[in-house]
Amino acid sequence: MRRRWNGYLIAGLVLTALLAALILLGFFWTPYDPAAMSAGAKLEGPSLRHLMGTDQFGRDIFSRVLQGAGSTSLIALCTVAIGGVGGAAVGALTGYFGGLADEALMRVNDALTAFPSILLALVVISLLGPGNKYNVIVALGLVFIPSFARVTRTAFASLRDVNYIKSARLMGASSGRIMAVHMLPNILPVLLPALTIGFNNAVLAEASMSFLGIGVKPPDASLGYMLSEAQGLLFGAPWYAAGTGLVIVLLVFSVGLLGEGLRRRDGEVL
Amino acid sequence: MKYALRRVAMLFLTMLLVSLFTFAAFELISGDTATAMLGTEATPERLEALRTELGLDRPMPVRYGEWLAGFFTGNLGVSTSYHQPVGELIAPKMRVTLCLSLLTFLLIIAVSIPLGLWSAGRAGGALDGLGTAFNQLCMAVPPFFTGILLSWGFGIVLRWFVPGEFPDPAVDFTGAVRYLFFAAVALAIPRIAMTVRMLRSTIQAEMRKDYVRTAISRGNDRAAVLRRHVLKNALPPVVTFLAQTLAEIVAGSIVVEQVFAIPGLGRILVASISNRDYPTVQAIVVILAFWVVLAGMAADLIGQRIDPRLRLGGGE
Repeated sequence: MRRRWNGYLIAGLVLTALLAALILLGFFWTPYDPAAMSAGAKLEGPSLRHLMGTDQFGRDIFSRVLQGAGSTSLIALCTVAIGGVGGAAVGALTGYFGGLADEALMRVNDALTAFPSILLALVVISLLGPGNKYNVIVALGLVFIPSFARVTRTAFASLRDVNYIKSARLMGASSGRIMAVHMLPNILPVLLPALTIGFNNAVLAEASMSFLGIGVKPPDASLGYMLSEAQGLLFGAPWYAAGTGLVIVLLVFSVGLLGEGLRRRDGEVL
Repeated sequence: MKYALRRVAMLFLTMLLVSLFTFAAFELISGDTATAMLGTEATPERLEALRTELGLDRPMPVRYGEWLAGFFTGNLGVSTSYHQPVGELIAPKMRVTLCLSLLTFLLIIAVSIPLGLWSAGRAGGALDGLGTAFNQLCMAVPPFFTGILLSWGFGIVLRWFVPGEFPDPAVDFTGAVRYLFFAAVALAIPRIAMTVRMLRSTIQAEMRKDYVRTAISRGNDRAAVLRRHVLKNALPPVVTFLAQTLAEIVAGSIVVEQVFAIPGLGRILVASISNRDYPTVQAIVVILAFWVVLAGMAADLIGQRIDPRLRLGGGE
C-alpha cells in the first residue's frame, strides 16, 4: 500500500500552498491598509471592493483577516518549533538510552498528556501573564513538548536494536551521529504527520485563547481576537464572523488533509 | 478488586502530586497576593497586616497542608477579585459546567457510535474518501466558531433562543437545558468526528485479523461477526478514548461557555486569569485536574471489566 501520492496529499498540498502563498503575500501587501479606518463604509457587506466587507471602523475585513492569519500561523509555527524540537530532543534521548530516566520521564509524560492541552496552556499563561504574544508562544510550546516527546520516543526506542543501528555502533559511530544521521531520517514518516497535527492544535489553541481575551491582543493581529470582536457585531454584520471563522477552518482543514495524506503515504493506513 | 484498590491508591497519589505541583507553581510565580489585593501603592504596614491575616507569613509546606485540608473540607480560600469564599463562588458554576459536559458527552456517544459502526462497515470507494475529507472538515471547525454560527442561525435568524441570555436553571429548567443543547452541539461536532474516526480505524484493524476471516469463512455474515466478536475486542481502546474525550469536553467548555455567555466554571476561570485571582484559578485547576484523573480511572476500570487480559497485565 505504499504509494508516493494520494488524493489527500495532493489536495492538502495544493490547499496549503495556496493559503501559504496568500498569507505570505499578506505580510507584504494587502488590498487595503488593515488599520486604515475609512469614514464612509462602516459595516458594509461583502462586495467586489471589500471581499469580506468592512468592520465597525470601516476597516477592510479581508485585509485584516490576511494579517490575522499571518500572525496566527507564525505563532503556530513558533509553537510547533519549540514543541517539536524540545519534544524530539527529549524523546530521542530517552528512547535511545532508555533506563531509569526514560521510565521516570515517560510516567510524567503520561500524566501530562492526560490533561487537555488548552487547560495546561491556560495554567501556564496565567502564570506567565495573559495578553502577550510571546507568552502565548512559550505557553503553547511548553504544553506541546510531551506529546512530541512520546511520539519520538516510541520511534527511537523501536529503532534502538535494529541491525543497521547496531552495525553503525560497532563501526564506532557516536551516539549523537547515530541519532542524527541514521535514526532521525527514518522516523520522519512518524514525525511529519505529528507536526501537522501539532500545527493545527496550535492554531486552534491560539485562536481559542485569543478569543477568550487572554491570548494575543491588539495591536497584534489574531483571528481568535477578531472572532470575539465579530461575535459582538453578529446581529448587524454576520459576514465579519463568517469570513474570519472560515479562514481558521480552511487553514486547519488544509493542513489536516496534508497530515492525513502524509500518514497514508507511509503505509499507516487507518 | 485488588486492582481497583490499587488504582484508587494511585488516584490519590496522582491528585496529591497535581495539587502539590499546582500549589508550588502558583506560589513561586504568582508573586505576592497581598500586593495583588491592595495594589502597589499600599503601605508596608498594611501589606504586613494583610499577610498576617491571610496567613502568608508562614512557611510554604504549612500553608500547603492547610490548603489541602481546606480543599477536602470545602474551604478553598477567598477570591481576591470577588472577595467571596471560592467554594461559594464556584459551586453553582460547577453544576452548570457539569450539565453542559454530560449533555455533550451523551450527544457524542449517541451520534458517533452508530455512525462509526456504519462507516466501518463500508470502507473503501470514492464515497469513503469524501467521508474522510468531511471528517477532517468537522475536526477543523473550532467549537467557538460553530457556537457563533449556531447563535446566529438559531438565535438571531430563527429566534429559538436568545444568545447571551442563559435562563436560570432554578426558574426555567427546560429553557436552560435547551440553551445548553446548542452549546453542546458546538462542542460535540469535532469530538464526534474524532470518535468516529477512532472507532472506524479500531474496528477495521480488528476486521483484518485471522479470527474474523475464520468466522466469515465458516458462513457467518459480516454484521453478526462485527456484533458478536469484533465489537468486544475493539471496545477497550474506545473506552479509553471516550474518557479522554470527557476530559477534553470540560476543557472545551471553557471556550464555549464564553461564546454562549453560560455562567460556568470556564467563564470564571478566564475572568480569574485576567484578574490574576490566583486562589480561584488554583481551586478550579485542581478541580478540573481531579475530573481528568477520575475520568481516566473510570476508563481503566471499565476497560479491564470488558477485557480480562488487561487485568493480567497489571495496573500500569
